[in-house]
Amino acid sequence: MDYVLNLFLIVITAIFVNNIVLAQFLGICPFLGVSKKIETASGMGLAVTAVLVVATLVTFIIQKYVLDVFGLGYLQTIVFILVIASLVQMIEIVLKHSMPSLYQALGVFLPLITTNCCILGVAILVIQKDYDLLQALIFSTSTAAGFWLAMVVFAGLREQMSLIETPKAMRGVPLALITAGLLAMAFMGFSGVDMGLRTFLGL
Amino acid sequence: MKKLQSSFTNMVIVMTVVAVVAGGVLAWVNKVTAPQIEKINAENLSKGIFAVMGSDNVQVSEAKEVGDYVFYLVADKTGKPVGTAVTTQAQGFGGTLEILVGFDLEGTILGYTILSSAETPGLGAKANTWFQKGQKGDIVGKNPGTCNFTVSKDGGEIDAITASTITSRAFLGAIKKAYDELYGDKKPLSEP
Amino acid sequence: MSKFKIILNGIVKENPTFVLLLGMCPTLGTTSSAINGLAMGLATMFVLMLSNLIISCLKNLIPDMVRIPSYIIIIASLVTMLQMLMQAYLPGIYTTLGLFIPLIVVNCIILGRAEAFAAKNSPLDSLCDGMGIGIGFSLALTLLGAVREILGTGVVFRSEDFGMSGITLQGENYGMLMFVLAPGAFLALGYLIALFNKFVIKK
Repeated sequence: MDYVLNLFLIVITAIFVNNIVLAQFLGICPFLGVSKKIETASGMGLAVTAVLVVATLVTFIIQKYVLDVFGLGYLQTIVFILVIASLVQMIEIVLKHSMPSLYQALGVFLPLITTNCCILGVAILVIQKDYDLLQALIFSTSTAAGFWLAMVVFAGLREQMSLIETPKAMRGVPLALITAGLLAMAFMGFSGVDMGLRTFLGL
Repeated sequence: MKKLQSSFTNMVIVMTVVAVVAGGVLAWVNKVTAPQIEKINAENLSKGIFAVMGSDNVQVSEAKEVGDYVFYLVADKTGKPVGTAVTTQAQGFGGTLEILVGFDLEGTILGYTILSSAETPGLGAKANTWFQKGQKGDIVGKNPGTCNFTVSKDGGEIDAITASTITSRAFLGAIKKAYDELYGDKKPLSEP
Repeated sequence: MSKFKIILNGIVKENPTFVLLLGMCPTLGTTSSAINGLAMGLATMFVLMLSNLIISCLKNLIPDMVRIPSYIIIIASLVTMLQMLMQAYLPGIYTTLGLFIPLIVVNCIILGRAEAFAAKNSPLDSLCDGMGIGIGFSLALTLLGAVREILGTGVVFRSEDFGMSGITLQGENYGMLMFVLAPGAFLALGYLIALFNKFVIKK
């Protein structure tokens, strides 16, 4: 029972308390780059979700059954990044042939994802936190959900912001960063919720 | 020199050579640095144990890992047990604080130190001095089992770090939990 | 172009943080103090200079189609080397920077410079370019870290890892913690870029 409650806690923490973008600063590039419109932001969020979950599972299995077994822990970074890069390619090819409509929606984002640090970051975090397979799955899914949420909310704010007159030097990235700062402040309101829940659930 | 063509053989050869060289270099660097890393970790641990037990004349007689905690049974040079040092973790503000805390045989806190903090540096650094002996939030000499070991905001005896109640709560909570593991109802160390 | 000009170019005209807006994740994630920012900048510079040098030397030996994967392997090995060296000789700062050290692999600056500069220029020029961009990145991170540290804690250049007590500018009880925490990173960087736009680029 404690195990299930712990999973629930992982979900809440990953989405709200330690939001991957707003609290951990991973995946900032797409967060600033493709957040001008809600639709594209949402598309990027979904593409990241797909890659993040698959990549975490594959890297997890490689770490546990190859790197750990042969004592090759020091190859972690190099192996993980290669796995992620080839996975992105594979997902792209598979989507192109089997689900053309989905490919049209997500395709443009896929090449950008290899250098999205939240994928590699989560893959390494899962190993560092010593999660088991189910926890890794839940953690990566909810982290991705947190990413999607931040993307969509942020894009909504930026859509509104684009309608107002701003000083020239502030246009574009500076204003986006300041908006992100305010959003991060809002998300700070969640800090401590995880501990409260932990106490509440008696963990 | 002319650029190599992207023929299949060229590509395979180049990739293989690059990968093998990279792997080889890494294996070598790993071999060179591994002993040093181990040495530093061991040094840090023994330094930490000395600091939290308040004495340099002690040694770890046994280490036990139970769940998230690592217990180090500490004895003096003659082998007489003097207490236990425990590593415990606090979920602070956007990161984890790893704390090493030393208890004497009755469970009174002898000292603590922060082993690593992925926390906001300002806060982790503050926690490292704030609760030390003679500081505002002094916890040294207190026994979590007999005193009200929470921040004053929650009705406890300990002053929280200014403007960092969450970190302070997490910090004290982690120590209390380590105490409970060690001296509470479930005594993992007394069982075989 | 003279070597000096190449270096200067990386510091001002193509400043990775303020102009190219690359490598935002470590920029935001590690600048909670000036020294941390500086350390991250120097770590990145180490990888950037070596990767530029090696890739430039090998540019004719690597066929175009496997260019990117080869670059990634080279960069990832350099990062892993850095990781091991830091762990062995600078353990304190290694723990502080944490996840962001392996994530240098996916820092777009490094792959970007490999593609845009090292693949086309001589090894020595590439080394200079890596140095210039590296210095530009380090300066930007130190500046951002200093601003956040001063506003957040009232002290600057304080570092536990190097045993530096820093320069105290405000009383002991001063503190706008928000600037050390996540929102402050976004806000401070947003305003810094706006100022850079206004006074250096003169937008």
